[in-house]
Amino acid sequence: MSQTIAFLPPRADVLSQRARIIADLATLLPEGGLVHEARELVPFETDAYVAYRQLPLAVALPRTTQEVSAVLEYCNRHGIPVVPRGAGTSLCGGAIPQPDAVVLGLSRMSAILEVDLENRVARVQAGVTNLSISETVGPEGFFYAPDPSSQLACTIGGNIGMNSGGAHCLKYGVTTNNLLGVTLVLMDGTVITLGGSHLDAAGYDLLGLVCGSEGQLGVVTEATVRILAKAEGARPVLFGFATSREAGACVADVIAAGIIPVAIEFMDKQAIEICEAFAKAGYPLHVGALLIVEVEGSEAEMEAMLAAIVAIARRHGVMTVRESQSATEAALIWKGRKAAFGATGRIADYICMDGTVPLGKLSHVLQRTEEICTGLGLRVANVFHAGDGNMHPLILFNANDPAEAAKAETAGNEILKVCVEAGGCLTGEHGVGIEKRDLMRFQFSDADLAQQMAVRYAFDADWLLNPSKVFPLDGRPAA
Amino acid sequence: MNEVHHPQSEAEACDLIRQAAEAGTALSLIGGNTRAGLGNRVAADAVLCSTGLAGIVDYEPGEMVMTARAGTPLGAIEAALSANNQMLAFEPVDHRGIMGTQGEPTIGGVFLSNASGPRRLSAGAARDSLLGIRFVNGRGAAIRAGGRVMKNVTGLDLVKLLAGSHGTLGFVTEVTFRVLPRPESEATIVLRGLDDATATKAMAAAMAQPADVSAAAHVPQAVARTLPEASGQAGAVTALRLEGLSASVTVRAASLAARLSDFAPVDTLDAAASAGLWRAIRDVTPLQAHQERPLWRVSVAPATGHRLIADLRHHAEIDALCDWQGGLVWLEMGGAPQADLLRRTVAALGGGHATLMRASEDARAGLSAFEPQPAPIAALSARIKAKLDPAGIFSPGRMAPVLRSGVGTTGRTG
Repeated sequence: MSQTIAFLPPRADVLSQRARIIADLATLLPEGGLVHEARELVPFETDAYVAYRQLPLAVALPRTTQEVSAVLEYCNRHGIPVVPRGAGTSLCGGAIPQPDAVVLGLSRMSAILEVDLENRVARVQAGVTNLSISETVGPEGFFYAPDPSSQLACTIGGNIGMNSGGAHCLKYGVTTNNLLGVTLVLMDGTVITLGGSHLDAAGYDLLGLVCGSEGQLGVVTEATVRILAKAEGARPVLFGFATSREAGACVADVIAAGIIPVAIEFMDKQAIEICEAFAKAGYPLHVGALLIVEVEGSEAEMEAMLAAIVAIARRHGVMTVRESQSATEAALIWKGRKAAFGATGRIADYICMDGTVPLGKLSHVLQRTEEICTGLGLRVANVFHAGDGNMHPLILFNANDPAEAAKAETAGNEILKVCVEAGGCLTGEHGVGIEKRDLMRFQFSDADLAQQMAVRYAFDADWLLNPSKVFPLDGRPAA
Repeated sequence: MNEVHHPQSEAEACDLIRQAAEAGTALSLIGGNTRAGLGNRVAADAVLCSTGLAGIVDYEPGEMVMTARAGTPLGAIEAALSANNQMLAFEPVDHRGIMGTQGEPTIGGVFLSNASGPRRLSAGAARDSLLGIRFVNGRGAAIRAGGRVMKNVTGLDLVKLLAGSHGTLGFVTEVTFRVLPRPESEATIVLRGLDDATATKAMAAAMAQPADVSAAAHVPQAVARTLPEASGQAGAVTALRLEGLSASVTVRAASLAARLSDFAPVDTLDAAASAGLWRAIRDVTPLQAHQERPLWRVSVAPATGHRLIADLRHHAEIDALCDWQGGLVWLEMGGAPQADLLRRTVAALGGGHATLMRASEDARAGLSAFEPQPAPIAALSARIKAKLDPAGIFSPGRMAPVLRSGVGTTGRTG
């Protein structure tokens, strides 16, 4: 891809001191806790936004909050940028390093510290994977609700950084709604605890501010999350429609009727074909658009809710309705959906947009997305969380063709403009990172951005934490 | 009496605030003022009131989103929602009864005090429903934060920062929030006569069931007699609410009742009785009669609430009521507020926070109404406040630590 997104120029004073910095950091970390050989740094050169790659100065892999604090305090004292990293699954470049930065990887802090069923919380280290929490509490009848597609790999620390969502947040909310507390290390090494096993903040809602801050305010080392009792049963149902327009209208009417299923996922024809070829989930191939609607609860509740949804779908000319007949079939239906990004990656390079729009604008934005992409001679597959308007157009292109790569980036930017104009936002759950950084002025005025940046200053006065991300490089206030 | 400003537009509010910042005029920010007395005494020269900014700006029932000016009366919001069979998910508390105040609560005041009721346990707090705001910062600049969609991670979440900031960080002029369909039906399972510790076990057992309990509260015997008649007046009441489609509520109520019958005989309240009981719990009606007695609102881990009550009983005369599965404790003190004792006990039991909701002027002297924060968090909060309100003109002192000498606040830091 064209290297159109700039990073801050590397700090020459940091680069020139590389050997000393590495020697100093090694004393703060356990044996094997500092990676600095060029060959060993390669795995850290990018994240899931693979279009941009840079080697960091070094990678610190601490095992304790105290070690995180020592590394941050050192970097703060010497003016060294720090890029926090969980599993590196960011789709917006949130974990991509820069040559003068120390990557602070939390992968070795992956313990589940405490499961407290009476209070329905789990206390975990930041490097624990999202799915492992549900796996740990599952046998007791509980689960952790936010379920991003990358949940097998992505970490809670990264989820907090991006305020991750997932397919089931229509009912259960996103990370910020399921997070009760964190241990946060500030850039100067100060360790603070926000929240705990109780609800809500004592003073300002700093926990709410930190969640979704993309590693700009501090480094989370531990989290207390809400766990919930699993529903009695859950059933995904496939609804096939002739066109995206009818599927979109059906979604809007289901919500307007006061029915809130746990998930409503949308796939257009392109996405159905890609996912079916990969997962053999039994998706109907003769339809133009597919909804996966999941209801849960007791048998009576699922029956009642499904009946109401089917009635609405019939009004929109639904072509096929198929309930999963077994747990295996239900799992397959979700496997197909959750594999969408990976399956697409097998047939082409792609960039994935993440704009969210008001439900009433879904059909309009889908149509404009199609027009923008075909206008540029590109293919697009749409697979997204329709119930909450969080769209994920996958723009397909060939990365070996610089002209096509540039077109894909243009298409993505145009689509996000359409989302903002429709009353939505640039990113629902992937984050701004570097990818959408220079588009922030589509959505915010200079005064809005200045206020956000001023608050950022209160945490990290020298802009050392993940400094090339989120806020446009021009127009940043002086220290 | 201080001068009261009622700007009629955001632009007018910007002008007023810019002038106040230049002159160093401290403003007490208020909405309907039904939560007057929440927080420390504000050292202000004038009052800036949001009630001139009223009216619903946009309401799309099909998208479950409403935008309203901050000074819109809560009653007007709820009437519009009700007409479309929708509601605020977090069940806002009406504080007038416990605080002895008059007037109409505003939607802005609800969010700025994060006033969440019984459904907070299952549907999140006021802050979780708040999607976007417009506010004027301490320089007089109009700022937009968040948006009108449920999923949004574009930039820093200033929305959450402002929610619950009690008018100390910005003058909020407009709020956009998520609403939910009103459940078709509700019912409440009631267990009678449980002691506080057993009630806590019963509530935890209920929340571990796949019954989708939307609220769980325990009203001890001493205060249960003031509950609505239908809830019963003999002995303690432990209540678990189920909401949703009628068919589903019936099935879940039966299965939950069977699961809990080992704890105590089980009654089921119908929709009307259930609604009455939860309104009483939401507004803490059992602790409204003695306005002269200090009242605390304490948030702890759910399993800890009953231990807090038991520990405090050794040292003080108290009445209490627990919501949120036992984690929200409303504590009425027979005598002095006993802030140190209470906060020490909360800390010893694993942490949480205590907010003084009601007390006489004398009893408040030297007390911080909000839980004092550890030094690094207090310093960080002060830095954040300075970034939003550099001149320190917004409700100075309301959330700041109060000096032990009782002479006032530590300056214009919160």
